[in-house]
Amino acid sequence: MTAALLAEQLLNGAQLGVLLFLIAAGLTLVFGVMDFVNVAHGSLYMLGAYFAVTLVGRTGSFPLGVALAVAATVVVAVTVERLLLRHLYRRSHLEQVLGTFGLVMIANEAVRIVWGPAGLTLAPPHALAGQVSLPFGIEYPAYRLILLVAGVAVAVLLAGFGRTRAGMRIRAAATDATTLQALGVNVGALATGVFALGAALAGLAGGLAAPIVSVKVGMGESILILTFVVIVVGGVGSVRGAFLAALAVGLIDTLGRAYLPDVLRHVTNDAAASALGPAISAVLIYVAMAALLAARPQGLFTRGQ
Amino acid sequence: MNARARIGLIVLVVIAVAMGWNLGRQGKIEGIAIGFVSTFSGGSAAIGQDMKDAFELALDGMGRKMGGQVITVVYEDDAQDPAVGLQKTQRLVQQEHAKFVTGFIWSNVLLASAPAAVDNNVFLVSANAGPAELAGAQCKANFFSTSWQNDQTPMAMGDVLNRTGVKNLYVLAPNYAAGKNMITGLQRGFKGTVVATDLTQFPEQLDFSAELAKIRAANPEAVWVFFPGNYGTQFFTQYAAAGLLGKIPLYSTFSIDALNLQQIGPLVTGSRFTQSWAADLDNPANAKFVADFRAKFGRTPSFYAAQAYDSALLIRSAVEAVKGDVTNMDAVRAALRKAAFPSVRGGFKFGQNHLPIQNFYLNEVVKGTDGKFASKVVETVYRDNVDPYAGDCPMHW
Repeated sequence: MTAALLAEQLLNGAQLGVLLFLIAAGLTLVFGVMDFVNVAHGSLYMLGAYFAVTLVGRTGSFPLGVALAVAATVVVAVTVERLLLRHLYRRSHLEQVLGTFGLVMIANEAVRIVWGPAGLTLAPPHALAGQVSLPFGIEYPAYRLILLVAGVAVAVLLAGFGRTRAGMRIRAAATDATTLQALGVNVGALATGVFALGAALAGLAGGLAAPIVSVKVGMGESILILTFVVIVVGGVGSVRGAFLAALAVGLIDTLGRAYLPDVLRHVTNDAAASALGPAISAVLIYVAMAALLAARPQGLFTRGQ
Repeated sequence: MNARARIGLIVLVVIAVAMGWNLGRQGKIEGIAIGFVSTFSGGSAAIGQDMKDAFELALDGMGRKMGGQVITVVYEDDAQDPAVGLQKTQRLVQQEHAKFVTGFIWSNVLLASAPAAVDNNVFLVSANAGPAELAGAQCKANFFSTSWQNDQTPMAMGDVLNRTGVKNLYVLAPNYAAGKNMITGLQRGFKGTVVATDLTQFPEQLDFSAELAKIRAANPEAVWVFFPGNYGTQFFTQYAAAGLLGKIPLYSTFSIDALNLQQIGPLVTGSRFTQSWAADLDNPANAKFVADFRAKFGRTPSFYAAQAYDSALLIRSAVEAVKGDVTNMDAVRAALRKAAFPSVRGGFKFGQNHLPIQNFYLNEVVKGTDGKFASKVVETVYRDNVDPYAGDCPMHW
């Protein structure tokens, strides 16, 4: 267990964390501003990934393809929001979950019809196929490093955005939408804007994740569960909370996978340790979430903070 | 008896005769239903499709009839989920009245689904999964396999690694029934030291960054993995992206197949792996199968396809032997045990536990003159290999 290995595992954990953050940031904003539970948020991530595979292939350029995929995801998201989702804003959470769960099924089936049932893969850009030498003798895959940097950059941009006038309105809407409306702000348009922002982030996450996961029908659901963990731990509506929680979840998941079997080897035999390790590390995140919620039921940060 | 009563009686007799005649005919006109459970959605859908294509090819080749009976195949998607597999198998047995159920890529899906068929007088022929549980003491009279027992192929690879001179090895596989069998099998053959064993989360884990970092830190002499289908594609790609390719030799079992070979070919050229079937195996049945498959689908069949093809031929051999009357389970079982069909593997015979006794070949990935990647047989590692659990199976016949 060397320092270099630990540092590399921390990078791996942080990289998973920022990916989760990109998805969670949009979801927590939509939840916070519109009080709207969007189970179909994972489908936007899936659409982003599928659009990226197609558009990177068509344009021959990775950055352009991913940028177009983000735009395409936003177009789909805004259309669905205008036509359908805004009618659900005033309904109960249960009805919102039911409605958006239906959308998940429609999205999965639509993707199956358009792209086929088989999974797709996307190669990372050639320039980023190699490794980058970092301090401590770490040779880190260039693409993962770029992903990490991009994720952190988005987090910084979002933090800056929060201080602009639009960002202030979003935070105000998260605290008290009715008063904001009374002050003459068009909360409906604001909601569409927030939804589009969330969709762009989810689409970006899908496009960036495509080279390191298999692009397949239903990929949104498995990540959505982790995303909900992130926003519950971070505090609903808090982008800052989402960032910290996403990093924590990414680190717990990666370090659990990396070190738990070795730790278990001290208490049980080899075979049991290597079988139990992945099983326990899979539930570690939920154990951590339960522990945190027992101590702080509102999550790390509360809405509007 | 008055006239009206007589007419009534005649009508009754006619109806009774007609019904009896229909009942008698039923067995002949209804045909036989075969259930096929495989993965047709998600990241592993390409495997299920390859198996289905091969099964359809085999059926077309026999005029979609066996022993004079019309064959109906019902394909079901297990979504790579044991619970779904069980539910689909139950549906095939109870609602479709399938006499045979085949397919099954994943050992965990097969283990969950098998009882629904074999305990309800339905034969199950696995065309891929070969978990140890169904091969040893718990072997089933109604379970057959046209693939292998999970331990065998990696065991052959372990032997090859000994001869290659590999002394210490880092081992990775997904954390489910087959992954554990594969590691056990490898260690049956491999005599060197296993420096570390990493089991990854299954089926969700496709990002191996944490494991790759550990491999780099451990710096073993070689790495061996079992990552089937798209797990293999992801692992090889990420192994290369992590800069390990060419530094630490990577060996694998069931991770390179005809479905992912063109994609990962540049990363695995020269790589060697063991298999009980190969597209270039030299026998008439295989030559016909590979040629027909290529002609119809424009690609080389995978080992999954070959095993599904054999499964169709095995089922036909038994149905023909009982002349289409599959009601007598004992007669069908006796016919299945004979394995009297032209297998694409050349010879084919069953051991006591209804798993094949067969050869295992060493294959190498080569780049053809046409720029396409292919595998070619290098040598025979095992001849007529019996799986290590067969001795524990109490069945005798």
